Amino acid sequence: MAGNPTAVGSDAARRAAAELVAGMPPAPAVWCSGLRKRYGRQQAVENVSLEVGRGEVVGLLGPNGAGKTSVIKMLLGLVHPDAGEVMLLGRPATDPATRAKVGYLPELFRYQPWLSASEVLALHVRLSGMTVPVQERRDCLALVGLADRAGDRVGGFSKGMQQRLGLAVALVARPELVVLDEPTSALDPLGRVDVRDIVLSLKSRDVAVLLNSHLIGEVERVCDRVVILDRGRVAASGTLAELLGQREVRLQLTDLSPAALGRLAATGEVERSADWFTVALSAEDDGRAVPDLVRDLVALGARVHAVEPARISLEERLLGILRAGSGTDR
Amino acid sequence: MTTARTVATIAALTLREAVRRRVVLAVAVLTVVLLILSGWGFSRVAAESGGTLTSGEARLTASIMLNLVMFGFSLIAALGTAFLAGPTLSGETESGIALAVLARPIRRSAVLLGKWLGLIGFGSGFVVLAGLAQCIVVRQTVDYWPPQPAVALAFLVGQTIVLLTLALLLSTAVSPMASGVVAVGLFGATWIAGVVGAIGGSLGNAAVARVGTISRMLLPTDGLWRGAMRAFQDPTALIEMGGTDAEAFPFLSAAPLTATYLLWAALWVMMIWALAAASFLRKDL
Repeated sequence: MAGNPTAVGSDAARRAAAELVAGMPPAPAVWCSGLRKRYGRQQAVENVSLEVGRGEVVGLLGPNGAGKTSVIKMLLGLVHPDAGEVMLLGRPATDPATRAKVGYLPELFRYQPWLSASEVLALHVRLSGMTVPVQERRDCLALVGLADRAGDRVGGFSKGMQQRLGLAVALVARPELVVLDEPTSALDPLGRVDVRDIVLSLKSRDVAVLLNSHLIGEVERVCDRVVILDRGRVAASGTLAELLGQREVRLQLTDLSPAALGRLAATGEVERSADWFTVALSAEDDGRAVPDLVRDLVALGARVHAVEPARISLEERLLGILRAGSGTDR
Repeated sequence: MTTARTVATIAALTLREAVRRRVVLAVAVLTVVLLILSGWGFSRVAAESGGTLTSGEARLTASIMLNLVMFGFSLIAALGTAFLAGPTLSGETESGIALAVLARPIRRSAVLLGKWLGLIGFGSGFVVLAGLAQCIVVRQTVDYWPPQPAVALAFLVGQTIVLLTLALLLSTAVSPMASGVVAVGLFGATWIAGVVGAIGGSLGNAAVARVGTISRMLLPTDGLWRGAMRAFQDPTALIEMGGTDAEAFPFLSAAPLTATYLLWAALWVMMIWALAAASFLRKDL
């Protein structure tokens, strides 16, 4: 009944709840907690928890057999975890419908060899339950460089072309989360640049990306955050700045007065090799330390030949973490 | 994505695979060859026996030959669907095709149902078309028309469904090659067990006869095949052959199928399908 006071009350409560929910930030694109998986006697994944925010690009790094692909497959319901919980785009992953807005390029990329590239895309659009106009599908193939092979059978494609097709499949159904498992393993250097551009364009459109890659440079260029897996566990995770922490600057200087040397030492720890000086910068540096240092050195009569920002590479950091892990456990 | 749409999409995809992979073409060529050969054979029988056979003997000969050729067709259908059903699940899992497909918002049971229906469409389409064409060939050459062609073809379709469901179950557990080989091997073994059982029956040896009965329960292909033969053959053919002694003859069938047996066959298919679904749902890709 319209005049029923309890009905009106519950309506208001529902509206208030809806507004509260609408005002909340969207749930993360990926959230998983306590994932475990054992294959026979091999513990592949041990208590892995990770999160990918909306529009965030997260890199998954680690040596072979670290459990990266297993984690990805558990996120997508392809492998059943022994324990743990997965939420995709705010919904529990146990419901297949959760994956409607998820695109996936598997590490093992194979598509029906008896279909053409455009038919494979049409199939995936249909299975995703979306309607994507033909032109948009064509644009998607063009994006990965397969515009002129749209009508050709996949069976005749090279590995690199199949991986490009896989990328198009992952992108075609307007995903909000894209999971790329080794997306450049079969690509030439040009293809790698294409993938990097695609990931950056996804990021600019607020699409979340989970990127598993051996190519550390690739991860370093595009990822906001990195999760490092080692022997099934999360060995480290954080933003690149957090993981890489300390920054350095290398300077080539001559005519250094003791005062100028003192100025260098005041900035941070100094290492000298002939006329090259490596100065450690504090992590809290807001970007003024280097210009201020150069200005003061010049004022103190030093001749500045070169100034190079230097930073511990992700590769060095990754190797450090992995070696430390094997040092303590083995 | 609604489940019905997923099922329809996957079923259509399975049929398209059969066409694109030239399975349909290969089967069609085989069928035409078999039809032409049998047409020639039937016309030779009619010509060479010209007037020496009684009408009963002629019907008996036609019945036996029709059953023989139909056995050939059921073998093609069995081999075709078993070797299609095997690769379709385990092959796609092995190659990685399944990874991209199953990461879509679809249920694995819907994928399995779609594959199953697509394979049924292929198998039953073949059996009905080839079987009907064979009946017409026989009518044109020796003027024999089976008493219950629709029932016979329905049993042949049933036999195909039984075998492909088994192949589907096997393909969720073992490699594509193994699943095809095991399914076809079991099909052949059941047929032989059926013949052995029939010989036992005609000799009055209950223990040997039981071999056929038990194998027919374990895998209903042979039972359905015998039902189909009975519907293809002339009712007087058995009497012509010598009554129950004719039971031992592999291309004539003595007893009609009971409703209970048909119910069992349907239940068997449902159970095997459910097992296949359970196995496929639990599988880590």
